Amino acid sequence: MTDTDSKSLQVKEKAELSTPAEQTRPGLVFTPAVDIFETDKEITLLADMPGVTSSELNIDLRDDMLTLDGDVKPPEGADETDVIREYRTGKYYRQFTLSQVIDQAKIDAELKDGVLRLTLPKVQAATPRKIVVKS
Amino acid sequence: MLLRRTAGWPRWEWTGPFDELERLRRQMDLLTGGLAGGRVVSAPAAGVFPLMNVTEDKDNYYVRAELPGLRADDLELSVTGDTLSISGERKIPAEDEKAQYHRRERDAGRFSRIVTLPAQLNTSQVEARCTDGVLTVVLPKAEEAKPRQIAVKAS
Repeated sequence: MTDTDSKSLQVKEKAELSTPAEQTRPGLVFTPAVDIFETDKEITLLADMPGVTSSELNIDLRDDMLTLDGDVKPPEGADETDVIREYRTGKYYRQFTLSQVIDQAKIDAELKDGVLRLTLPKVQAATPRKIVVKS
Repeated sequence: MLLRRTAGWPRWEWTGPFDELERLRRQMDLLTGGLAGGRVVSAPAAGVFPLMNVTEDKDNYYVRAELPGLRADDLELSVTGDTLSISGERKIPAEDEKAQYHRRERDAGRFSRIVTLPAQLNTSQVEARCTDGVLTVVLPKAEEAKPRQIAVKAS
């Protein structure tokens, strides 16, 4: 981890969603960058969604399909004019299929400084059990 | 020696193929900038993290950058004359050692960037805040750089 910490950050343009689900409102849609990892007990998802507030973020899990949907209001004031525009703002949308059975009642989501942390605990039956081979 | 005198090309101060590309790009920028009224510089960006949007109104410049996971105290900002420099480090804390990764798309690392604004700034009144992973820096224009209404006197 220390290795990656000290490198310098490279510019990465936000990935625009190429085939957005049918939209009723015009606007850009981006796919947030995510980290997903799992331990024996839970799956954790971290997503970078700068500009999203907790009230504008929808997390939906049904039929093993996890959907993240965050809305961003343009931060610019009405009478501001562009000088340099290097990045664009818009909605964030991304879907994942979960192969594990998730305990829906215990899902925990936390949004802090534009980073979503979603903890999805596996149900008891799905946690791997060590199988002892008898000799 | 004869060759050096007669052949004007390649010149000896010519340093690499990218110089020529850079010159072409600048010319293209000039052309397209001319069409757009020369106001908005659009992507491709300077290639330095973080990407920034700069806007202005009558009194201020606004510099915005998306820095998810960063707090105000992770950043170092300084302003001199007409330039703003931003540096900091994005840290992604190590998770459980037993964690197995499915995806790892988020990057950590240091960054620093300097931007020059079109006019002088009032450096004592600069404000910066970081909310929901978006940094906003409000840079008031210096008095002499503000547009002024000129009253036409009737003689």
